Parts: sequence; C-alpha cells; structure tokens
Amino acid sequence: MNLLKISLANLKEKKLNSFLSAMLLTLGIGMISLLLLLNKQLDEQFRRNIRGIDMVVGAKGSPLQLILSSIYQIDAPTGNVPLAEVNSLKRNPFVKTVIPLSMGDSYHGFRIVGTTPKYVEHFQAKIAEGALFSQPMDVTLGSKVAKNSGLKIGDTFASSHGLDSDGEAHNDKKYKVVGLFEPTGSVVDQLVLTNLESVWEIHEHAEEKEADAPADDIKESDPAHELDMAETHHEEEKQVTSALIQFRNPMGLITIPRQINENTSMQAALPSIEINRLFSLLGVGIDTLRALALVIIIIAGVSVFISLYNSLKERKYEMALMLSMGATRTKLFLMLLLEGLILAVTGYLSGVILSRVGLLLFSRAAEQDFHYSIREFNLLPEEIYLFIGALILGLLAAALPSLGIYSLNISRTLAEE
Amino acid sequence: MITSKNLQFSYSPQKQFRFPDIKCDDKEALLILGQSGRGKTTFLHLLALLLTPDSGNIHIGGKDLSGSSSSERTNIRAKSLGIIYQRAHFVSALSVLDNILLSSYLAGNKQDKEKAAYLAEQLGFADHLHKKTTQLSQGEQQRVSIARALMNNPNVILADEPTSSLDDNNCQKVIELLKKQAFSIGASLVVVTHDQRLKDEFPNQVFL
Repeated sequence: MNLLKISLANLKEKKLNSFLSAMLLTLGIGMISLLLLLNKQLDEQFRRNIRGIDMVVGAKGSPLQLILSSIYQIDAPTGNVPLAEVNSLKRNPFVKTVIPLSMGDSYHGFRIVGTTPKYVEHFQAKIAEGALFSQPMDVTLGSKVAKNSGLKIGDTFASSHGLDSDGEAHNDKKYKVVGLFEPTGSVVDQLVLTNLESVWEIHEHAEEKEADAPADDIKESDPAHELDMAETHHEEEKQVTSALIQFRNPMGLITIPRQINENTSMQAALPSIEINRLFSLLGVGIDTLRALALVIIIIAGVSVFISLYNSLKERKYEMALMLSMGATRTKLFLMLLLEGLILAVTGYLSGVILSRVGLLLFSRAAEQDFHYSIREFNLLPEEIYLFIGALILGLLAAALPSLGIYSLNISRTLAEE
Repeated sequence: MITSKNLQFSYSPQKQFRFPDIKCDDKEALLILGQSGRGKTTFLHLLALLLTPDSGNIHIGGKDLSGSSSSERTNIRAKSLGIIYQRAHFVSALSVLDNILLSSYLAGNKQDKEKAAYLAEQLGFADHLHKKTTQLSQGEQQRVSIARALMNNPNVILADEPTSSLDDNNCQKVIELLKKQAFSIGASLVVVTHDQRLKDEFPNQVFL
C-alpha cells in the first residue's frame, strides 16, 4: 500500500474518465510530435538535396516545378531546352559547374536520368560495386533502385516511356547495368543514372517507329514526347531537360538569373527561394494543425480537471476518512497530483508512440509515391519540452481541484453522511 | 484509557453543548446513550480529536491533549485511536484487504497482511479480502471497519452508532466481536449510540 497504488486504483476505478483524459492528451501530443518529426525530416531531406546547387535552368514554366523536378525528381519536368544554350552558360565567368539533366523515361517508377559524371560527384555518391556509366546505354543504379528492382551488374532492362511505371516500353533498346551506388541519403538513391547520349539514342530509335504511328498516340504534355518531337524537327540540335548550376561566387546570383530570364528561351530558378516558398505554403497548414493540436491538449487538461473535480466531490467522504485515519492533507494532495501526473505521462508516452506509427505510415506512403523515405524515430529535443509541458498541464489540472483538500472540514464531512 | 473533563463545544452561540465527564479504562467498555440532536456525534468527534473543544480536556493513554498541535493530534489519531463510523465507509477503489492495510500505511506502521488475514478470520469475512468493499453486505462492511480500527492496536476504540444500520442478528454479532477484539488488544471501547438494543450489553453507561 502506498500513494502510487491508491492513485492507480482510483484511476482504474474511473476507467472511462481516465481513458478519455489520456486519449485526448495522446491525440494532442501525437499530432504535435508528428508535425515536429515531419517538419524536421522534410526540411532535412529538402536541404540535403539542395546543398551546393545555386540555380536551376530549364524550360519556361513554374519555377517551383522546375526545382521539384530537377532537384528532387518529384514533379513533371517543365519541358526541354537546347543543350547548346545550356552549354553557353559555361562560358560565363561566374559559373563554376553546369550539370545537364535529361529525363523522361523510367524503370518500375524509378526515373532514368541522363547526366554527366559531375552529377555523381556533386552528390558525393560512391560506387558500391561495378563502375560508373561511361558508354551509351550503360547505367549505374541508386541503392534503393537496386534493392527494389533486384537488378544486378550485367542485367539488362527496357525502360518505359514517361515517368509512371505503366508507360509504353522501349523494347528495342535495352539498358545494361554496369554499377551500383552506395546509399547516399540523397536523391541519387532513387535514380537510374546514365549519360546524356543514352537518352538521345533511345528516343532517336523510338521516333523512327513513331513516324508510322497514329499521331494521337503522342501525348503533347509528356516531356519525353516533347523531346521526341523537338528532335524530329531539329535533328541536329540536342536537347536536355534542365541543368543544375553552381556559381563561382555569390555575385552570380544577382546577375545571371535575370540575364537568363530576359535573354534566352530558358528560365532560371533559385532553389533556396523556391523551397522557402514551398515551406511557407506548407507552413500555413502546419500552423493550423499545430493550433488544432494545442486546442486538443488544452481540452485534455480540462478533461483531467473535470474528472478529478467530479471524482473529488464523490470522494469527499473518503478524503475525510483518510484524514481521520491519520493521513496528512499534503499526502492526500500529493496522491491527487499523482493521478494527474500518471495521466499526463501515459498520454505523453502513447502520444509519442502514436506519432511514430503515424510517421511510419506516412513514410510508407511517401516512399511509394516519391521514393523518399523518412525514417528517424529518435526523440527530438522539442519533444522533451513537450514532455515538460504535459507534466505541467497534468499537475495544474490536478492541483486546481485538489487544493480543496486543504479546506476540507473533516468532522462535518464525516457527520454529514 | 480515555478520560474527558468539562468538555464544552459550540457550533454557534445558540447551539452549545456541555458534555458529561467520562472515564474508560483499558479493557473496559463504555456506552454513551443519547437521543438524536443531543450531540452524540459531536462528542465522539471531540474524543476522536476531530474537533477542538472550547474548554475542558481529554486524556488518551494518560496523556493530556489540551493545547496539542494539529500534527500531534493527527499522529495520535493514527496510532492510538481506532474509529468506527455509523455507516462503514471505505476507499471504494481499493479492495477489502487494502482498505484494512491503509490504516497501517497512514499511521506509518508496518503493513502486516498476516494480521489483516487473522482479523478477517476472527471477524468472519476471510473469503472477502480481495473483493471490493461495495460487494459486501452492511454487516460484513461493519466488521471490515472493525478490523480496520484494530489494525494499529489502538489504545482506544471509538464507535459511532456502529449497529444502527444492522438488523438484530448482525447487531448482536458485531457488538460481541467489537467487545471481544477490543479487549483482546487491551483497548478501551467507547460506543456512542441511541440504539436501545445495546443497553444490556454494557454495564457502564453515560446518558447525554
């Protein structure tokens, strides 16, 4: 027999009340904790991939779309631009590197990206097995692609047209796997990398066949088809989807984007600005959810308060009885505080567990749709503050009704019943 | 042993009580009889140190308690007094056994489960130790509260109308058990009641 045992017994006696209080707290804490986790990990994922890329150029359209498609490989590309125009940027003294990208095909939902070895260097991807692509139609697989597709070095596969896994297959030209990357935690993990020539070669072939095919087969909005179409008309002019640019010094940021937007057929987008814009758009939603979670937590506090207040009214005689048996008022006050604390700790723990389950589900969905995985289940520093907050809430909600114990008239309460 | 002298108490100037002096030695029983409204419960609460008298003094176990501090009184209540109320009341969330052990816990004594089981055996509710108190009949509940009052081997046992809610049969049983157990631990037994059925059970009587 001790205070903890009595507190627990009291909570068990009022199962539904305790459950309601703990569940509200669980929901509130779970939501806030999930938001913290998602915010932190999305932010990390986004910043990690942006690192070192100062500007992206591509076809005119939405700058955010250009950034999402070229850096994160999650949106459709905006279209194609002439390689010559991209290469002319290299002559600008402010520009350090230009990494051209050519997209349009995929394998089992993983994008095939034609690029140069500089792309690999930029993401510091290391070869785990085999070699980097060097010949046309050679590919090196990101770690996640290798794991999910089961492809090994020496295997060949046909890519499918478009960015969905159910696109039409390019059966006549097959890619050959020459190497696998180590996991990098960046976008490279979910890509099939090859050189620019491969992408051109595939589509030159495709276009010969398509000359006979009915025209309605061609989806105008499909960037890969635009690549075909463009090449039909300007055979001599090679095209790419976009290019990632690094500047030699920050002065480039001031002059070059404007030059490009005004004087070329391309647009320039700055990742840091676009990502901040994206996050501020998301931020409204996150703030709303956070406010909602806070409201739920406050309701949880009120629920603890009401259930203790009610049970205290019912247990007034019990309290007087224990006082007459030699309990001190402080001891009983502590016992009641303990009930609030137990609810707070239970709510907090199950809330944190709930947020991890939520994260796991979210991560599964995100992995299926975008091949991004979010897998960090460690306790965040903010969650420690959340714990302290929950404890204070439990203590306050329990203390307010329990103060009545100090003014309880033992003799009158015992005599009344 | 418990004695009181010149006890006076008032809830308001219109409602004043003056109580007769009592004296109850160890292993003795005293019956305080009185009709409703004569201050029976007030008297018992004074003796139980739950109320402070306006004047007069109380000795428990030979110790003068006039002018004692509230923590001293709480301590004496826990260790030297066992109180049985008109209707048995318990901490409803706890089992019968835990309710009995609670008195040891609150008095800071060892929680002796064997002793609780022994008392339950003696008082005839050994089968009910792990039930909730609300599952017991009134007579059984009153016996549990006797066991609870005995747990700390108090010097004085005070009973407030212990039999008024019991039928004749249970009344007889409970009062016999109460007397027997009180004497077996050498305590003084003071019963406050209006229950005329107890008249013949107690040679020492005081009328309010």
